[in-house]
Amino acid sequence: MLTFKIFYGLLKMNLNLPDVKIKIGFEIHQQLDTKKKLFCDCYCVDANNLDSTFIRKLRPTQSELGFFDSTTIFESKKNRLIKYHFSPNSSCLVEADEEPPHDINSDALETALIISLALHSTIVDEIHVMRKIVIDGSNTSGFQRTMLIATGGYIEVNDNKIGIQTISLEEDASKIISDDGVFREYSLDRLGVPLIEIAVEPVTVSGKIEEIIKIATTIGQLLRASKRVSRGLGSIRQDVNISINDGNVVEVKGVQQLDQLFTMIKYEIFRQHGLMLISEKLKTIQKTHEIAIGSKIIDVHDIMNNSKSKVIKKIITSSGDCIFKAIRIDGFGGLLGFEPYPGIRLGKELGELVRFYGIGGIFHSDELPNYGITLQEVQMVRKRLDIITDEINAFILVGGPSEILDYVINAICERLSYALIGVPYETRAITVEGKTVFSRPRAGSARMYPETDIPPFQISPLLLESLYTKIPKTWNDIILSITQKYKINIQLAEQIFDSRYYQIFEKISDSTSIPPSFVASKLVEDITNLERQGFDSKLLTIDMIKDVFSRLELNEIAKESIPLIFEKIMKNDVAGVEDAIVVLGLKSLTETELNEVIDSIIQEYSDIIKSKGRDSFSLLMGRSMSKLRGKVDGQKVNNIIKQKLEQLVHNRSK
Amino acid sequence: MVIKMNIEFNKSYSNYNYFLAENNLSIGDTVDVKTKETQYVGILMNRYESYDKNHIVLKLKNGYNIGIQIAKIQSIKKSDNLLKSGFQNKSFISNVSENLTLNQELPKVMLLSTGGTIASKIDYRTGAVTGLLSASDLYTSVPELKNYASVDTEVILNEYSENIEPFHWTLITNKIAEKINQNQYSGIIVSHGTDTMSYTAAALSFSLTNLPIPIILVGSQKSSDRPSSDAPTNLVGAITLATRLDYSGVFVSMHENLSDDVIACHLGTRVRKNHTSKRGAFESIDVSPIALVKDHEIQIKDFQSDFILNKRITDHGLQKNKLIAKPNFDPHVFLLKFYPGLDPKIIDNIQLLGYKILIIEGTGLGHVNKKFISHLKKSIDSGILVFMTSQCIWGKTRLTVYDTGRDLLSIGVIPLSNMLSETAVVKAMWLLANTEFKNIKTLMNVNYFNEISNITSIC
Repeated sequence: MLTFKIFYGLLKMNLNLPDVKIKIGFEIHQQLDTKKKLFCDCYCVDANNLDSTFIRKLRPTQSELGFFDSTTIFESKKNRLIKYHFSPNSSCLVEADEEPPHDINSDALETALIISLALHSTIVDEIHVMRKIVIDGSNTSGFQRTMLIATGGYIEVNDNKIGIQTISLEEDASKIISDDGVFREYSLDRLGVPLIEIAVEPVTVSGKIEEIIKIATTIGQLLRASKRVSRGLGSIRQDVNISINDGNVVEVKGVQQLDQLFTMIKYEIFRQHGLMLISEKLKTIQKTHEIAIGSKIIDVHDIMNNSKSKVIKKIITSSGDCIFKAIRIDGFGGLLGFEPYPGIRLGKELGELVRFYGIGGIFHSDELPNYGITLQEVQMVRKRLDIITDEINAFILVGGPSEILDYVINAICERLSYALIGVPYETRAITVEGKTVFSRPRAGSARMYPETDIPPFQISPLLLESLYTKIPKTWNDIILSITQKYKINIQLAEQIFDSRYYQIFEKISDSTSIPPSFVASKLVEDITNLERQGFDSKLLTIDMIKDVFSRLELNEIAKESIPLIFEKIMKNDVAGVEDAIVVLGLKSLTETELNEVIDSIIQEYSDIIKSKGRDSFSLLMGRSMSKLRGKVDGQKVNNIIKQKLEQLVHNRSK
Repeated sequence: MVIKMNIEFNKSYSNYNYFLAENNLSIGDTVDVKTKETQYVGILMNRYESYDKNHIVLKLKNGYNIGIQIAKIQSIKKSDNLLKSGFQNKSFISNVSENLTLNQELPKVMLLSTGGTIASKIDYRTGAVTGLLSASDLYTSVPELKNYASVDTEVILNEYSENIEPFHWTLITNKIAEKINQNQYSGIIVSHGTDTMSYTAAALSFSLTNLPIPIILVGSQKSSDRPSSDAPTNLVGAITLATRLDYSGVFVSMHENLSDDVIACHLGTRVRKNHTSKRGAFESIDVSPIALVKDHEIQIKDFQSDFILNKRITDHGLQKNKLIAKPNFDPHVFLLKFYPGLDPKIIDNIQLLGYKILIIEGTGLGHVNKKFISHLKKSIDSGILVFMTSQCIWGKTRLTVYDTGRDLLSIGVIPLSNMLSETAVVKAMWLLANTEFKNIKTLMNVNYFNEISNITSIC
């Protein structure tokens, strides 16, 4: 058992995690750093602008085994139009679903194979590209192209072998821009970028959720060690599968940060255990009373239309053809509002569920009369549902557009039937606070069918053989060898290796006499600082960086000039390195020019030198540096002034 | 990196079938497979005819298909662990049934299916395309149809449109005439593969004269097994036109552009498929589409002032008397695209092959290399009819502007104004089967269904 301080989601007090068997598995989705997309020749870059648009509508289709997937049906009931924004620099007819897919990107495939080998997985003999139906609009085609590359395998984490289930290669989806209930808008630039999905075998966590974080971190490091994956926010996402006491598995999508993961898992354990406690209560009731969901469903819009409740009035005015229905639920009296843990109750779960259909919420008998709905109105509903024993039999009241209300009621009944089992099999989304909310029923395998536009293909044994040499070393080995080779500390080694400047770092360190620790700190610390000030590091190209360091090597510029030059370029004030040096006046002086400047200063202050002697050094140094900063190394100026001053004093004393 | 694409044609040795028979397995069985490296549980799936026969296809529990090399398999047996649960996920829709009650006052529409991707689905087990044309299937996949029409359906052909031949046009013509004579339909829809849909549209424009109602051809560029298929919106557009377009005649209903919100209605004789894969591939040539359908409303475009379009006859009782069907086509018409380097002797050979009419797709205003003149003259003198269209697609032919044109005119080559070369071929085949040969020369330039537009649009 483990104690921790409960975050604001549950209670502001200490609470013990329930003593349950926790199983956690997850899928890591990592964008690959390929030049081009997975099934077309568009570059993986952000859109220039999003001025061009087109409009689509997606519909559910049957899988190859003849079933409709529940998620697909669910989504289609929302009946939305989708508007896509695109720019020709990052999208073509393939992303617009106007042209068949091209041949698969061989770099992306190679990366997926290398990662599979690194994870000791078995590569399938023949790869079949599949269509995973997703009709929320995030894919123009209505499906995501995905293929299973390998199965099995493991990764070593703290001397334990953690099993890998599957490794797949798939297309990333479009980025959502907005959703106003009528139009859902996406931008097409991210669509088609290659992603690798690694599904980790669920592990039983004995009280230590931290183990999970360690597994995720280790896989993340393996991917980054390959130097073949993208970096930055959104380039890695995790879906986490959580179950307790071997109950149904809940999938939580879109975890982007590891600290969020920690909070979310704890919330989910309480939620699932709470639902199990509710199910136990129901089972007790079942011994003495009948449990029946939707034993009577009646239209009560005549009662509600006369209600003075503002909430009810708002529902009526905001949806066109609005009706209200009441659902009788036998045996649930008191259980809809019951909170086994703070904030965990069936009523709330139902509220989240109906929101998926665009309905604001439900009312249940445990909380009524309330929200302006009067006792009299509640009694009228009860009477119409023939409810006599209030404490045992409950009801739910829900209102909305008539064309979808039956689907909503069906979903409510379905959800309540899970209350006896405990945890429903569903997909949830993570909130900013690290809680989870219902997002849709769990997608079934019925939503997968073959991509008939691309024939299956085999990986030649020769190719596979050649890829063994490309398997990345482990993260720790890589970092250790960097610290040894370049004599830099672990933190700096990790930073430089993980940055996009690692290759140029190696090149500069190997080919110049500039200390590697200096090169690394300029490339990670200085550039990061400038980025934090809002400047754009993309403007600073690898060639520019190379140019700057080679000028330093030739003593054309001083060490202190480097951040100044980077800043000018990242601010987009100048066109290039040469330009920056001129604008900043950083051109290094020749020995003669340097001596002339210092001599003229000495001349100017000759009186003071006469009177103060050696003590005039700091004055001379200050005056000189104000003219020479950035053009000459300060140490050098220091030496020259010292030397000249010494000579003057010496001569005078003679 | 080399990826071996797995298509091998005509492979006679069938390792695959032998393997399945030997292990007493059939498609659809759930199997446990052990290979040298690993093991899998999955459903045995059909393998397409065109793929090699050295692999079996398994659908795993997670829905992915994979191929397993037969040579690597150490053991395979039917599994007790049926994967049914993982494949069936009917939750959330179970008890909301689509109990369909159609409004009896809705206009009636006949949907004739000829094949192609629209209104069909792929059977993944056999790879065959099957009709999805029972009315209830149709209403399930395009639910909004029930607001607009009561649709009867009939499958009359099941051909990809590249396999459609002139005798199929005859069959379609007869079927349409039969349905019109039943006096109950507001319009007839013909679903058709897109590749040759414009040829069929032109054929029906000639073979069915005095049509009392609109005949709408409809296709799809994206098969209906994809959620993004253009089939439903094209079909809704076609139904809107079939029930509410004020004009009779033969039209094509397809996407106007890449968006799903506007469907264009093209004249059957002036439409062309101008893109291999885009939704908006069909374009009206030299004219704008007759109408656009948006939000189920028909917006009539400002069309050519010299167009002749008959109003539809709304009184079903009067429909049957007017229709004249001349369903036959004679395919002895050759379409020749001229290009630099083409050997003029081809002209002599075309005659030898028995063709009676030659349609040339000339360059620019309607030209061919001067070396062709003598060969063409020889053919014309021996009785072949030679007509000139332009490979420019847009614009009129004009043989009086340059010497070459005047030479062609003088030997008896007949220019066809801005008739599309494809339409000209179909029209010639129809005239050949239905009129005296001597009249064809004149009749080719008689406007039947706006295949020639005297005024070419500035836009």
